[in-house]
Amino acid sequence: MMLDVQGLCAGYGRIPILDEVSFEVNEGEFIGILGHNGMGKTTLLRALMGFLPAASGRIQFAGCDVTALAPYRRARLGLGYVPQGREIFPGLTVYENLRMGCSKQPGSAENETIATLLEEFPRLKPLLDRVGGSLSGGEQRLLAIARCLCGKPRLVLLDEPTESIQPSIVDDVVETLQRMRDASGLTLILVEQNLDIVAALSQRILVIRKGKIMQEFQLDGLHDASLVGEFIGGSTLIKRGNDE
Amino acid sequence: MNGRALNLLGLAVVGVTGLVFMLLTPHLAELDTVVNLTVYMITAILALSLALIWGYGGILSFGQSAFFGLGAYTYAIAMFNFGESTIPFLLAIILPTGFAALLGYFMFYGRISDLYIGVITLTVTLILFNSVNSTAGPEFHIGAARLGGFNGIPGIAPLNLPFDSTRVIDLQGMFRLSAAVLLSTYFGLRLLLASRFGRIIVGMRENERRAELLGYDPRAYKLATFTIGGALAGLAGCLFANWGNFVSPTIFGIAQSAQIVIWVLVGGRGTLIGPIVGCVGIQWLSATLGSSEPSSSADVWAKVVGNAPLTLGAVLIAFVLLVPKGLIPTLADIVASVLRRVRNQRGCEPQ
Amino acid sequence: MATPLLQTVDLGMHFGGVMAVRNVNFALAEGELRCLIGPNGAGKSTFFKMLTGQLKPTHGHVLFRGHDISSANQHHIARLGIGIKCQVPSVFDGLSVRENIWLSASRISSGKRVMRLVDEMLERVTLTNVADSLVGQLAHGQRQWVELGIVLSTDPKLVLLDEPTAGMTHEEVEKTAQLIREINQTKALIVVEHDMQFIRMIANQVTVFSQGAILMEDGVENIMRNPLIRDIYLGKQAVA
Repeated sequence: MMLDVQGLCAGYGRIPILDEVSFEVNEGEFIGILGHNGMGKTTLLRALMGFLPAASGRIQFAGCDVTALAPYRRARLGLGYVPQGREIFPGLTVYENLRMGCSKQPGSAENETIATLLEEFPRLKPLLDRVGGSLSGGEQRLLAIARCLCGKPRLVLLDEPTESIQPSIVDDVVETLQRMRDASGLTLILVEQNLDIVAALSQRILVIRKGKIMQEFQLDGLHDASLVGEFIGGSTLIKRGNDE
Repeated sequence: MNGRALNLLGLAVVGVTGLVFMLLTPHLAELDTVVNLTVYMITAILALSLALIWGYGGILSFGQSAFFGLGAYTYAIAMFNFGESTIPFLLAIILPTGFAALLGYFMFYGRISDLYIGVITLTVTLILFNSVNSTAGPEFHIGAARLGGFNGIPGIAPLNLPFDSTRVIDLQGMFRLSAAVLLSTYFGLRLLLASRFGRIIVGMRENERRAELLGYDPRAYKLATFTIGGALAGLAGCLFANWGNFVSPTIFGIAQSAQIVIWVLVGGRGTLIGPIVGCVGIQWLSATLGSSEPSSSADVWAKVVGNAPLTLGAVLIAFVLLVPKGLIPTLADIVASVLRRVRNQRGCEPQ
Repeated sequence: MATPLLQTVDLGMHFGGVMAVRNVNFALAEGELRCLIGPNGAGKSTFFKMLTGQLKPTHGHVLFRGHDISSANQHHIARLGIGIKCQVPSVFDGLSVRENIWLSASRISSGKRVMRLVDEMLERVTLTNVADSLVGQLAHGQRQWVELGIVLSTDPKLVLLDEPTAGMTHEEVEKTAQLIREINQTKALIVVEHDMQFIRMIANQVTVFSQGAILMEDGVENIMRNPLIRDIYLGKQAVA
């Protein structure tokens, strides 16, 4: 088991957000998290990464109890996180950003990692010498994802990864992530509003409402799940599945 | 009791306490206490000037002492030339205000960034310090007033009733005047901050870009805020010259500039009572520590605590680390959480 | 066309050794709703920033109702009637939702009327129940709505929306589309978006940006069927 969350409670100061959240993720699984805004999706990812202290409960990652560990220690164990927005280093070039993502790899391995990654994200190739802050919003988003993958994480937490990215590149990112799952057993927890992306990437889906996991189901059960009704409208894939 | 009523109650408490304090203290306290309290109140006005500019406006000015000193020096020089205090008093406010407006215009309309505002204002006050400091010698005078250089200007005549130089203010009168000005400044600023202008400058502090995109000109608002702050500091300076009947270049010094920032930091930005408390508290602490006699025994601990700058430095570090929001906001948070706990307990009563 | 509401003439922006925007000739009629699409880095947001005065063009002109606003200050342009919802929400995080909207509404009104306008706007952007929460504590999608409320409260004549549905659920996207159609009854809009489904809900005319210039302008359906657009931008979202 890659990730085991038991009874996680967390919040901001006196405001509780997550309420007894429990779920498991196996190696190589891709999990999608659905929920309305303000229901705790981003809070969950932040708590898993350690940016939000757990008020109670336990988080086990790759066999270690990480509940009290600082984010950088969880990162060293192989937990990667791409937050919402574009949190890249604006003063560094694209290449330098990617190098920062490689963290503890020795020099030669670093170049190889970056070269491999640039094959998956060709959009970044002509931008290598550009300063991060001068890239467009979507380009920064792409860089954030690429940089995270440079660190060769075992489990990646992605918060709205395709936001601001143009449709054709979104297709590429989805393919890249699928390839990485098949090739290196990459595990993924994905928060996304775009149901088509969730359906393309996830095998299992968790629905969060008011800080609790209300439902958990496999992808093929998607059309039957009544709770997902409110999200389904936007998915052409699933509509087609229903019509058939 | 809702927020608005609580606010009004707070204001009423401050007003009544202030009035009582103003009227009764000269009768009840000893003269040297009255004199000390007077300077605390005058410097509190100076603290309020930075509370407005920085605490609410988000403009870190390291040079409020420039306007403070200009107010004091203008009063002194004008007093020696006019012999009667009405015009000197007005000049002592007009000159620092005009200077603040001019400096502010160049800084804000020149779109100088926040960091450089701090550097420029500090530089201005240091320039004033160095200039005035080197004006010893009889050739440095404005009309009948010798600038005196590092010796300062002694023997400044105090305020008299407008246009009547025979009725001069005494120490108790000075106390009451300072208290009245402090109270008026406090309530005046409360009104200003509750007005549209006040809310806009707070918004600008939060997100200047968004305020500008809504149609507010940040340069004009910052200039207005900075000028009002300069006027208040100048007024405090004028009162200060009256209080001590003496002014010297140290009023422009870096120590004075830093003190004002520390008062606001310790007392709490975003409040008016905070900087007043910070100002009085720190000065009182300095005075008490400074007055303790040097220990004759080898008592290291007493020597350490008795070293005022050292202790003050430690207090400041402790505040920045432990009470970063400042004294009054932290107290307000504690009171709010206690009240909430009480309310929750009541709400959890079984039906 | 009668005098267009907004017109750019050979507009260009050069920074960091890159021509972010190249000789753009764009026109928008009064009350028109136009969508702007294009690959990442095509210059859409840079174009917007030149319209609001955040960036001064290196060459060319921006005309608003016939007046040249190319070198005008941001606050002046805002007062002329251009409002923008930024790609990264730009709101007053340390203040409540109500206070945010108040600051905006009080620019065009005063006294008791402002309070009424604030309450109406809170209803319109469905944030009445979080009116007194600090905006910085709200979820991403809610902050987008706060910004929308702020922008609409100054009653602008032209509303620029930069990726308004980022971070929103499908339900919220539909609500946003509805709100935009409502706004369009009295105002002109330019909307930058990547969500083609959303664009189909609101637009007729679409302008495609690519590498800093306008590639083409056409109706939504034609754009979605265009093979070139599919290659450079739409990918699988293209309609066969």
